[in-house]
Parts: sequence; C-alpha cells; structure tokens
Amino acid sequence: MAAADITVARPRATPSERILGFISRTPVHLGLVVIAIIWLVPTVGLAVTSFRPRGEIQSSSWWSSLTHPEFTLENYTDVLNRANMDTAFVNSLIITIPATLLPLTVAALAAYGFSWISFPFRDTIFLVVVALMIVPVQMALVPLLTLFRELGIANGFGGIWLAHTAFGLPLGIFLLRNFFITLPRDLIEAARVDGASNLRIFLKVVIPLSVPALAAFGIFQFLWVWNDLLMAFIFIQNGELLPMTVRINQMQSTYGGEWHLLSAGAFLLMIVPLIVFFALQRYFVQGLLAGSVK
Amino acid sequence: MSSTAVPGPVGRPRGRRLSSVFKRQGIQAFLFISPAVLLLGVLIVYPMVRTSIYSFANLNSRLEVTRWIGFDNYTRLFTKDKSFLNLEEFPPSGALANNVKWMILYTSLSLLLGLLIAVLAARVRYESLMKAIVFVPMAIAATAVAIIWKFVYEPDPSLGSLNAFITTFGADPIAWYGRADTVNYALIFAYVWASTGFAMVVLSAALKGISEEVIEAARTDGANEWDIFRRIQLPLLSLPIAVVTVWLLVNVIKVFDLIYVMTGGGPGAASEVIAVTMVDEFGNGEGGYSAAIAVVMLLLIIPIMVFNIRRFRSERVTG
Repeated sequence: MAAADITVARPRATPSERILGFISRTPVHLGLVVIAIIWLVPTVGLAVTSFRPRGEIQSSSWWSSLTHPEFTLENYTDVLNRANMDTAFVNSLIITIPATLLPLTVAALAAYGFSWISFPFRDTIFLVVVALMIVPVQMALVPLLTLFRELGIANGFGGIWLAHTAFGLPLGIFLLRNFFITLPRDLIEAARVDGASNLRIFLKVVIPLSVPALAAFGIFQFLWVWNDLLMAFIFIQNGELLPMTVRINQMQSTYGGEWHLLSAGAFLLMIVPLIVFFALQRYFVQGLLAGSVK
Repeated sequence: MSSTAVPGPVGRPRGRRLSSVFKRQGIQAFLFISPAVLLLGVLIVYPMVRTSIYSFANLNSRLEVTRWIGFDNYTRLFTKDKSFLNLEEFPPSGALANNVKWMILYTSLSLLLGLLIAVLAARVRYESLMKAIVFVPMAIAATAVAIIWKFVYEPDPSLGSLNAFITTFGADPIAWYGRADTVNYALIFAYVWASTGFAMVVLSAALKGISEEVIEAARTDGANEWDIFRRIQLPLLSLPIAVVTVWLLVNVIKVFDLIYVMTGGGPGAASEVIAVTMVDEFGNGEGGYSAAIAVVMLLLIIPIMVFNIRRFRSERVTG
C-alpha cells in the first residue's frame, strides 16, 4: 500500500476496487443470506399459511402457494368468532395495560427514592430489591394462589395484576434508578434550594427528563405481560378471563393439526408486540443495553 | 457537600441541622419506596419463605399443610423420581439432566450465533436490516414461537419446511418433536432462534464501542481480519460475553412456555425440564412436592447470580 493511502480521509474506492471488495466479502454475504433465511422462513411460512384456505393447507405446501396464490381472511374470522379469540384479545389488553402502568409508577417512585434521597441502609435495600430479579415465578406460585384466594381476588384480574407488578418491579427499579442517577445533580439541588418538595422534583424535573428510560421499561413490561403464559395459566382461574397465550395453548392441544386456526391465532398474538416493537424499537434496544451492560 | 456550597447560618450547629434534614428526608424516602417494598415483601419475599417451608410438607388440594415430612420431598426428587433425575442411564436423563443439556447447548449456540452475526453484519451495508431480522423473535411470545417451530418441524414434508428441505436430499422425514432422541434438540434450536437476537444486540453494541483507530492501526501493521477479531475484538468483548452468558443461563433454568406449548414435556417425559415438572406436579395436586422443585430452581440460579455480582463488583474496583 502506498504511503499516501494512510491519510485521514480515505480516498473514494474506484469501481474496480469496489468490485474486488465485494468479491472478497462474498463468504460474508453468503453467510448472512443463510442466516436471514433461517430467521425468516419459519415466521413467513406460518404467516402465509394463516391466509390460506383450510383445504389448500392440507393438500399443498405453503411455498407452492407463493406461485399459485389463493388467499383468504377466513381463518382470522374463524379463530376470532369460533375459538373465542376476540374475548381473549380483549382479556390480554385488560391484563397487560394495568400490569404495565402499575409497576411503572411504583418503580419510578422507588427509583427516585433510591437515587435522590439519602436514608439509612439505602444501598443495602437497593441491592436486596435488585437481587429479587432472579427469583423464578415458581418460587411464589403456591403461596400467591392461597393469598389471592384469601383476598377474594382469585376469580378476577386482581391477582394477575398484582403478581405481574411485583415480579416486574426489581428490573424496573434497577433500570430507572440507573437512569435517574445520571441526571445532573445541579438541576436537582437547584430545585431543592428553591424550596421544591421531593414530590415536585420527581414530577416536574425527573419524570420529564427520563422519558427514554420510562419508555424502555414500559415496553419490556408490556411485552413480558402480553407474552406471558405461566402466570396467566396459574392465576386466572376463571375461563372467561383467559388471555390469548392460554387460549392458543388450549387450542393447539384440542385442534392439534388444524393449522388454519393455529397459524391465524399465533399471528393475532404476535400483532400487538410487533407493533409496539417496531414503533418503539429505539427505546427497547437502549433499555436492553442499559440493563445488561451497565 | 462541596466547599463551594453556601455555609449554614452562623451559630447553628451543623450536626443538628444535618440530622434534622436526614430525618425529614428519611420520612420522605419512606413514602417513595414503601409501595415498592410493600409489594415486593408481600408478593415475593413472603411467598418465597412460605414455599421453602411448604417444601418440607405434604399439602392437600386446598393448599393446606397435612403433614410435615422433613426432607422427604427432596429425597424423592433426587432418588425416586425417574422423570426428574435418572442416573441409572448414561448419559443421565430426566428434567434436571435436560436442563443441563439446555444450559450447555442453548447458551453456547445463542452466544456463538449472536457473536457471529454481530461480527459479520458489521461488515456489510445492510447491517441494520440484518439485525432487525434476527432481533424480531425477541418480541414474540414463546407461545407463538412454539407454534411457528412446530409447523417447521411438522412430520409431513408438504407441511413442515424442515422435512421438505431434508427430503429433497433423499432423506426420510423425521418427527422432530415426536421422538425422544430429537425432541430436545428441536426445542433447544427453536429457543436459540428466539434468543440469539439478544446476544447479537449486546455484542454488536460492544463491538461498535471498540475504537476504529485501534483496528485501522492493526490493519496497517499487517494484521488480517482473523487476527483483528481474535487479538483485539474478542478480548475487549469478555465483559459483555459474561453478561450475556449469565442472562442466558438464568433464562434456561426458567424455560417453560416454549416446552409447555410445543411438547408438554413429551413424548413420555423426554423433554421435561424443571420448570415444566414444577407446574405439572402442582397441577397433580402435589403442592409440597412442587414447592421442593421450585426451591431447587432457585438454588440453581443463586450461584450464577452470586458469580455475576462478584464479577460486577471487581470490575468496579479495578475499572
């Protein structure tokens, strides 16, 4: 290589250099194409199947329908009406929205306490709270069910709201506290000197500045609750109130081979998380990195 | 407080002022953290204690203790329950042995694929598209992942993509999740597919943090791409790799939804894991026995977390 090449600004590659570069990277492109196929084919296959008539699914493969398209929305109307997936969809929303907002509020309050108010044993208590992040749900399952029965909330949504709130708090407090302590100290001290109460500082200074962190935890919790099978399976005793995950599991054990219903059901389950994910991807990835790398 | 702060009014002892501030702050702190502490105490800590106590008892269907039986649940679990741990075969089988299989294969595959994709994608212009494709399954419910992969694994080659693929090479179709010798690998791969995105995103962000200048300097010194990866990038990735490994290991011990939906632990008990066994035993009315299984789950997770916290602390001291 000529010495002139080692300059600050790289000279633009000539066409021949570009072609050479592309060829030398062929194995990289090939590898990535294979990976993309492995990651796309399973989802695409089921997506295509969900739009195919029942008879077609049983007589020909989903990939053959790409050249002879014959699509319908009937599977979706079927699964919504006959398999009660419409009620289940609404139930999933009724479970998920409070089970996201409640831990978000409680975790934000606690995270403020742990980052901007000093009190005895603060760091020890914080460490205990964070350590609870690892506790498997199974560890609380039996006593929680007893507790919810004693409180008389086992037949409604109360139990699952509370359980999801508690199990979401450790991560929420951890993420939000890590964000809150990075806020400029001067800003908060200045508000204190002006006589603002902690509640006022929390509402008027900390919350408006922490939208990215709040959004990140909100998305995590929303996806976690929406996608959860285990807690809904245990804590929702009333068959009328079951969310989509439990319904789809029941459906696949009763109609094992009915792929027209299963595929449409699985896609209905995926729609909301995918919308949330694509709309708020930036916050999601930021939150993931903050939670794991810091 | 720093020395530039406005000094307190003359004649007022500094100590008293501070302690009164502390007291007021203490009450306010209590108001801020008490909702969280109350919820965690009542809904996680107290149930954990009760589950630990229940693990030494037999419970009836109303979840009341009928008899205290000491360590009987645990001895039954490790010596009498063949579907939990069977040491008579080699390699050992049962739920616990399956979890170990999951730990090794799921963790290493997710990590290696995540690293591979992060490194490869960084060299092409369609990097963000590539990362989005691999990351999307992270947002999907494990229940949906189970349906997606059950369809891929369908034994009928006109339905299942994988059997269609292998039969074009003349192989016979395989009932991937219906056979005891393939079911665990089929499940593990489906879960790797769903979690590789996590490893990839964390490792890719760490790779981006490595300065371009260092890599360029190595290149001008004649290092090839493999040297750059092996001698510069990999050592600098050791912390994020450790973080991802811990996350994946904890995730394996908790794995439930995917297996429960796809196979329910079957065929027979071939794909049972601890978390599924726990819920099944609870469903069978074995409250005390299932509590003992939950305690085993927690005991498996604790050492991983202790290791993580230790490493975290030592990083802080040295860094």
